[in-house]
Amino acid sequence: MGKEPIIQVENLVAQYGEDVILDHVSFEVFTGEIFVVLGGSGCGKSTLLRHMIGLETPSSGNVTIDKVNITTCDDHARYDVLRKIGVLFQSSALIGSMTLAENIALPILEYTSLSKSAIEKIVSLKLTMVDLNGYENYFPSELSGGMKKRAGLARALALNPKILFLDEPTAGLDPITSAEIDELVLHINKSIDATMVIVTHELDSIFMIAQRVIMLDKQTKGVIAQGNPEDLKENSLNPLVRQFFNRWSKPLA
Amino acid sequence: MMNTSKLPSCSFDIVEKERGALTVHIKGKMDFQSASLLIKAFSTMIKSRSPKFLTVGLEQVTYFDDYGALVLDEVKRLMGNLNHNFKIDDPHHITDKILSFINFESLNQPADKISGKTDGFVVNLGQSALVHSADTRTMISFLGSVFLSFIRILTHPKSLRISDTLVSMEKIGVNALPIVSLISFLLGFVMAFMSSLQLQQFGANIYVASLVAIGMVSELGPIMTAIVVAGRSGSAFAAEIGSMKISEEIDALTSMGFEPVLFLTAPRMIASIIVVPILTFFSDIFAILGGLVIGVFMLNLTMTSYISQTLETLTFFEITWGAMKSFVFAVIISLVGCLRGFQTRGGADAVGNAATSAVVSSIFLIILFDSFFAILRSYW
Repeated sequence: MGKEPIIQVENLVAQYGEDVILDHVSFEVFTGEIFVVLGGSGCGKSTLLRHMIGLETPSSGNVTIDKVNITTCDDHARYDVLRKIGVLFQSSALIGSMTLAENIALPILEYTSLSKSAIEKIVSLKLTMVDLNGYENYFPSELSGGMKKRAGLARALALNPKILFLDEPTAGLDPITSAEIDELVLHINKSIDATMVIVTHELDSIFMIAQRVIMLDKQTKGVIAQGNPEDLKENSLNPLVRQFFNRWSKPLA
Repeated sequence: MMNTSKLPSCSFDIVEKERGALTVHIKGKMDFQSASLLIKAFSTMIKSRSPKFLTVGLEQVTYFDDYGALVLDEVKRLMGNLNHNFKIDDPHHITDKILSFINFESLNQPADKISGKTDGFVVNLGQSALVHSADTRTMISFLGSVFLSFIRILTHPKSLRISDTLVSMEKIGVNALPIVSLISFLLGFVMAFMSSLQLQQFGANIYVASLVAIGMVSELGPIMTAIVVAGRSGSAFAAEIGSMKISEEIDALTSMGFEPVLFLTAPRMIASIIVVPILTFFSDIFAILGGLVIGVFMLNLTMTSYISQTLETLTFFEITWGAMKSFVFAVIISLVGCLRGFQTRGGADAVGNAATSAVVSSIFLIILFDSFFAILRSYW
């Protein structure tokens, strides 16, 4: 796997009204890597993710996914890009009136013309991948938090996307379930060669899965560190970065 | 013998080495885009040629995922059904990684839970009876807690959330005033117009004023206002409380020691009871104004005669009767709206159902109680 960028973010400025959330943020994500966006609460991690998947339009700057600039492209090109990405939202965002099988079949029905029995097979395959086989006819409201996350992941995986965006996949889960989700992420990264962009601030997850991280900061509204998490923990020159990775509380002024 | 078929991201060649033994060479990507076309192509090919032995060559496949595996599984099934043999030729081991974690045989076992759609009539009947009896129980306990809340408010007036009540009064009353006024004005206008067509024949123009006044104040004013309020606010109560219910906000209130019914229902109910009669009063006035326009401009009545005829017709009893009806309607709308909200269970669609059912049930109950009032009055 070469060091070929699959996502490029250039001088992205994100603002809600007058509030500037991200100020001239630039970075690249390379094909096949597990890339983690981290930072304290309220630093714009989720905002960055929403801009990267085209849910929000930046005030200025560009986001390029697989050589398509999604900030300027037409609807047709955007539709093509959307087929290549899968997103796991923070609250799983499974559709409550549909069973798990129907939730996962939704993108498959939209983008392919496979027969019903073939779709059923793919759906149970995806559910098996996230260890939820047998739960086809359950409704999301009947599942626990960790199961919902896994089901959301299965739906994100439905079309074997080139790029997976995961927004806080382990937030609010117990350590065992979190570790299981982390392992699942690693397994999926290996088995389908997907590039993964993960937003999280769970240190354990970061050290377990991240190959490269960027850290955002609320004050500078931009990237304050980039690189390998272990390296940043020991050697970063920025005290804030070391503080984050070592879990120190704010020094008393 | 060789022929080639083209598919968007993928193509394949069919080679017949000896009679009945076919080799299919697939080129390109085997992903979700090519899967359905490949399956169709294979099934027509197998049906038309019915080969005895089929080899699928994957040496030129550039991408292979579980959709590719699905294609191979389908081909195997098609061959198996015809009792032929099947082989995958995969020199670059492109399928190994995918096939190592896929086992299609194990997927054919049925899911744990069978979806409810296949239940029989008796089971469905029993289940809906259970649901209804549970709903009735919730309704009775809800009415009980409303009653207790009011006792509590009477003994501890501070337990009523005054600020919430004022906000509700604004939402239910002040914000509804324009639409209620407009509808009532038009209603009075139409009533006067339609009745004048008949009454003119008898030279009884002046009774148009009486008809509009009596009709609106004792019957249509309360009903129209109640229907508008049920549609605007009853549904809002149900949706608001319903989404609080599904996002555990009601449980949070309970765990902080609040009584949810007292916290949420009492302000809305008191606000409705205060503002709906006032709205009804406005509705009456605007309807009479609508009638007045017809009376003055079409029937050539003077404004004074129209107004004095109206005041002569309206007795104190009529006005109180209308106000009492609208009081009862206010109780119905707020109770039903809040009850449906508290009964919400499940996801986003449940909130929608709660709002719909709040409007439908309250309009039904409004009409039903209006009939009771009519019967009551005839035996007065």
